[in-house]
Formats: sequence, structure tokens, C-alpha cells
Amino acid sequence: MSDTILYDSAMRLFGDHVSPRILAAAETGSWAGPLWDAVTEAGYLDVLVEGPGGMVEATTILRAAGHHAAPIPLPETMLARWLCAAAGVEAPAGSLTIALLNPGDPIGRAGPAPWGRTAIALAVVAGSTLCLAGRDQVRFEPGRNLAGEPRDRLLGIVSAPPVPLSGAVSAETVRGIGALMRSAQMAGAMEAALELSTRYANDRVQFGRAIGKFQAIQQQMALLAEEAAAALVAVESAARSVAGARPSAELAVAAAKIRTGEAAGSVAEIAHQVHGAIGFTAEHSLHHLTRRLWSWRDEFGDEAYWAAALGRRVAAAGPEGLWNLITRP
Amino acid sequence: MSTPFRFDPIELPAECEALRQEVRAFIADELGAGRWVPNSDFGSHRAADFSRRLGARGWIGMTWPKRYGGAERSFLERYTVTEELLAAGAPVGCHWIADRQSGPLLLRYGSDAQREQFLPGITRGEIFFAIGMSEPDSGSDLASIRTRATPACGGYEVTGAKVWTSYAHESHYAITLVRTGPAEADRHRGLTQLILDLTAPGVTIRPIHNLAGEHDFNEIVLDRVFVPSGMLVGQEGEGWRQVTSELAFERSGPERFLSSHQVLCGLVGRAGANPEPAQGEALGRMAARLWTLRQMSLSVAGMLQAGESPNLEAALVKDLGGAYERGIPERARELARRSRGAATDRFEAALAEAILHAPSWTLRGGTREILRGIIARGLGLR
Ligand SMILES: Cc1cc2nc3c(=O)[nH]c(=O)nc-3n(C[C@H](O)[C@H](O)[C@H](O)COP(=O)(O)OP(=O)(O)OC[C@H]3O[C@@H](n4cnc5c(N)ncnc54)[C@H](O)[C@@H]3O)c2cc1C
Repeated sequence: MSDTILYDSAMRLFGDHVSPRILAAAETGSWAGPLWDAVTEAGYLDVLVEGPGGMVEATTILRAAGHHAAPIPLPETMLARWLCAAAGVEAPAGSLTIALLNPGDPIGRAGPAPWGRTAIALAVVAGSTLCLAGRDQVRFEPGRNLAGEPRDRLLGIVSAPPVPLSGAVSAETVRGIGALMRSAQMAGAMEAALELSTRYANDRVQFGRAIGKFQAIQQQMALLAEEAAAALVAVESAARSVAGARPSAELAVAAAKIRTGEAAGSVAEIAHQVHGAIGFTAEHSLHHLTRRLWSWRDEFGDEAYWAAALGRRVAAAGPEGLWNLITRP
Repeated sequence: MSTPFRFDPIELPAECEALRQEVRAFIADELGAGRWVPNSDFGSHRAADFSRRLGARGWIGMTWPKRYGGAERSFLERYTVTEELLAAGAPVGCHWIADRQSGPLLLRYGSDAQREQFLPGITRGEIFFAIGMSEPDSGSDLASIRTRATPACGGYEVTGAKVWTSYAHESHYAITLVRTGPAEADRHRGLTQLILDLTAPGVTIRPIHNLAGEHDFNEIVLDRVFVPSGMLVGQEGEGWRQVTSELAFERSGPERFLSSHQVLCGLVGRAGANPEPAQGEALGRMAARLWTLRQMSLSVAGMLQAGESPNLEAALVKDLGGAYERGIPERARELARRSRGAATDRFEAALAEAILHAPSWTLRGGTREILRGIIARGLGLR
């Protein structure tokens, strides 16, 4: 399927199954069952099952998911199903989640598992091994991110034997793929924020004209568009680089998470400014996007984390090698 | 409603990567022979002998037809050569305008005679062009220009004044925008592009020194200058359409984000192989922006190659690029203070030059505010 066809059909699917009511219900703990079934039926859960080669399809779907703030663990399940395949373990049906553990760290040091309490099973990656634990084998301390999405801290796991992951997959590579997935969701959410803000600027009248006619608003909207565009291009380029296992892949992933994370802050700020007080209400749907932007930029490594990693590469390349690093195919 | 911009993904074809290595070898050779010192700001770094050496390699006008001295290579190959030269800080200024703007204009709208007269010399790095658009009372509001061309026997008589004309004093010709029709009716009609011979009688070029004390731009006074009708570009009265149809080519290239690249390279050098954490993080953020801008600019190049007119996308790239390249010296001066590497004269010189030149980066080629207005229109707000 071409990317545009996939994108268009994903936009339709999420548009059909996500509404302000479903978003509000998800936040109070109700499971978006029909949405999950539709995503499963469309085959989205398995786009990554053969590994990062499916990254263009995955980010295309996740961009559409982010656009609609889809309240399900879609990237997490994609990741876990790939990891199961890489470990030669059969993935259970239903929603899955993952947790990343640095080698030698106790389980309590793992980052919070997204949607942990709702998942059928948890895939813990420690170094280059995978532990697959069913829900009843895991103890969580429930938590949430700023968007109200479950982010549950792992307290302990019982009897889940580690299985080696094939193909040089490690917690670090999974973090990178996860970061690019969050970046794709952010890029989509930013496009939606641009759309909402443009519409509002054309509709809202003050001083006898649409506020979008004021140059001050136009200049801010241009900045919003620039940031959303930068995020989208960073994600699409990085996805291609990862899918093609190109030399630039690691750099591209870091750059994409940094750039989308930086854009997320600006986009949320401008979108709210343009919307005025109505955008600050629980009733208006802008916050479904902006609270996710504020959360997702911190997940799978924030800008500072990836900038430190990229900065090490730049320093190692040195002044003579910098341009070669930036232009590697 | 859908996202108003589109950036098609692009992968540079293999021939571009081979060409890249060729250009790098050429640059290494030039630097090894000490022929020039790297300098970021493409506009002000010039060397006629360098332009001739580049021309001899077939790297000026490289997309143009062979019969006009071109190499019939792709726009993406031109992009590759250009970005390598700019990143290396090569002195591309002399041939820059003719290669990017004037030559393509003549190819698209010029007469056969004009193409034969000018293009081969441009590709050899021997004929240099300037741009005569701005006037004392017409900057962003370009359509308000007053320099007028009136019919004269066998051509036009041109009277008026142009200003900020970069390197008019070192160029042979200027593509000059003049008014041939009445201003009242439709300001955008009645504008015409002429090829002005800068040595013609009645042309007076006076230096205007910039804030760094350099003689870069000029004032040109035109006093009843005769321009033969053979020097009319395209159609009389179509100047506005001709000028605006090529804007995406001017706005999205690598020159829109590499003006402070030598500062970034210098900063990486000063930071050393094992930078202090805050500095390493800052370098990572700068590299992420640079990488993203290049991907955006490449994407626009690919769309131009495919014959599209991504004008909104080009405006997005230029405004983001301007903000990025202006931000580099501002960050660099803070970061350099806590560097672990040794201070170098090269870094200090690049930083000083960037700080002094930075104000022009968000003015030339369309100001930041004008670009944002174009973007707002693209969003459907105007
Ligand atoms: C280094 C350099 C080289 C140049 N070289 C050339 C050259 O070779 N040939 C040539 O023809 N020109 C050249 N220019 C001129 C350049 O194109 C103009 O500077 C530019 O078009 C802006 O015009 P202006 O300087 O008159 O500023 P103005 O148009 O007077 O603008 C002043 C300020 O007002 C803002 N402004 C203006 N109109 C609006 C509006 N509608 N809405 C919001 N804000 C607005 C501008 O953004 C700017 O901030 C050069 C300029 C520089 C700095």
C-alpha cells in the first residue's frame, strides 16, 4: 500500500472511532474497545512484526493516530509484537505494553509501562533479552501522564524467564524505535493543532473581523506551521532511514525526537494563545492534543537525553567530520 | 481540511553521492593549496578565479542544456554541489546570482540570442550578474517601484534609482525590474525585466558600506540609460509574474541555513572530543535542527526537480533556516566561554563575522515578516 493511501485510510479509521466523548471516557479508565478492534482488524498491530523495516508504515499509522489523540497502546503493542517475534515467543492476542531496563538495573528502575494495567502482557527488555510476563505476573503502581494516559510504574515481576533477542535488538534500539513512534504521534498531533487553530482563527471574530486577519495572529500561526512542518519532515525522513537500515538511522532517530520535542512545546503554546480562554477549558478538545504533546515529548527519552547522545556523535565527528555526519545517506 | 503543506520524501540518487565525493576532493585540493579560507556567508565571499575553476569543472549552470555550456545534470546534482561548496565555506559569490537566478530566468523567458550571448560565459565563470529590484522607496513592497523605462528608438530609456544592489560594482549585468506601464491601474501589471549593462553610459554605481565596513551593496543611479530592445527579458509587462514564478528556487536552497556553518564547525572544534554536558547537549540540539532543515530543503529540491512549485514549503524553509542560522552565533558565544578545547583565531573570526552579518540573513530574499505573511496566506488566513 502506498503511504498516502495508508495514511488516508488510517485517518478515516481513527476519525470514525475517536471522538471527544471517547477521549473523555478513556481518561476515566474506560477501554476504547471498538477503536481497538478496528485497529486490530486493519492489521496495524503487526506492521512492525518483521522489524524496523516496517517503520514507514508504522509512523504513517501513528501520525494519523496522533492526529486524533487515539487513546490506545498502539505503538506499545506494535513494539511488543516485534520483540516477541525477535525472541521467537508467540505474542498473546490483545493489547501489550513494554518496559525498558538498563543492564543490571532492578525492575523498579524501569520507566513506567504505558497502559500497563490494561495490557494482556508486558514485554520487558533488559539488555538484549526479553521477559514476557502476563498481567497477573506483574505488580504495578498506577500512574498517569499529563494527558491522563496510564503510565504505570513496575513494582515487581514473578517467574518470567529471560529469552535472548535476535538481530542485535537491545533496550537502546527499542528506545530509539519508541522515540520515533512518539515523534510520529507528536507530528500528527501538531498537524491537528495547526488545523484547529487555523479554523478557530478564521471563525473567531473580535474588533469586527476574524482574528486571523490580524497580523500578530498570522505571524504566530506561521511559526506554528513551521514547527509542525519541521516535525513532520524529521519523522518521515527518520522513518525512511530506519526502515532502510541506512547509516544515518541512529542520528536520524535522535534528531527527530529532539526536533519534534522542541516543536511540541512551541506548537502547544501558540495553539493555546490563538484559542484564548475557550482553549483552556476541559470542554474544548484542544487539550487532548496539547496535553499529549507535553507528555509524549518526555517519553522514550526527552530532548535533553537525545541531544546528549547526538552531541556525543557530533563531538566525536569533530569539526572536519560534522558535515559528513549530517549528510550521510 | 488537511495539512496545507506537503514535503515529499526524497532520497538522493547514487550519482549525487558519487558527485559529492568529487566535490569534496576538489575542495580538499583547493584548501590544500591554500587558495582560500573558509567563510560562511555566501553572499560576501567571492573570488573570480575560483568561479572560473568551478566553471571548468562544469559546476556552474550544471542543469542547463549543453549547447549553452551547461552539463544537463539534474537539479539534485546541482543541489549536492551547492551544499558541499557552502558547507566548506567556498567563495561562490561571483557566479552565485547568475547560476541560481539570472541564468535560469534567461533559460525560461529569455530569447535565443540572449541565451547564446550570456549563458556560456556564465557557465565558464566569466560573466557575473547582480539583481536590481529594490529602490529607496520600495523594499518589501516591490511592486511600488518607480524606475521607469520609456520607449526609445530601438529599445528603452531607463531613469530611476536602485539600491542595495549587491556587488553591482563587480558584476557585468543586472537583471533590473522597471516600470513600463502606468502604476495606477494594477500595480503588478506594467512591470518589466531588462538586462542592464552595468557599464552603459548613464549608469552610476556608488558604494554603500555595510555595518561591518565592507563594500558589498551599492546604489545605482540610472540617468536616461539606453537599453536595446534585445535586452528585454520575456514579455513587456510580465515582469512581476516572471519574478515571482522562480521564488521557490531562491528560498529553499542550502544557502538559507548554512550562513553560520563555519561558526558551528568552530564551536564543535572548541568543544573538543569530550564536551562538557551542557555544551554537548547544545551541539546535539543544533545538529538536530541542521539535519531537519536539510531534509526539508532536500524535499523541496526534489519537488522542484519534479516540476512542482512548492512556494509555501520554500517560505517555511527560508524562515526556519533564517531563525536557525541567526541563532547559531548567539548560542556559540555563550557556549564557547565554557569550552574545553583551545581558542582558535578561526572560530573567533567566524563568530565575529556571523554576528555582524546576521541581521541581513532575515532581510535579504524576503524579510521574515513578509515570509510569515506568505505562510499565513498559504494557511488560508489572508
Ligand atoms: C545584505 C543585503 C543584500 C541585498 N541585496 C540586494 C540585491 O542585490 N538586490 C536587490 O534588489 N535588493 C537587495 N537587498 C534588499 C532586500 O531585498 C530588502 O532589504 C528587502 O526586500 C526588505 O526591504 P527594506 O530593506 O526596504 O525593508 P522594508 O520593506 O522597509 O521593511 C522594514 C521592516 O518592516 C517590515 N515590513 C515591511 N512590510 C511589511 C508588511 N506588509 N507587514 C509586516 N511587516 C512589514 C519588514 O519585514 C522589515 O522588518 C539586499 C538586502 C540586504 C540586507
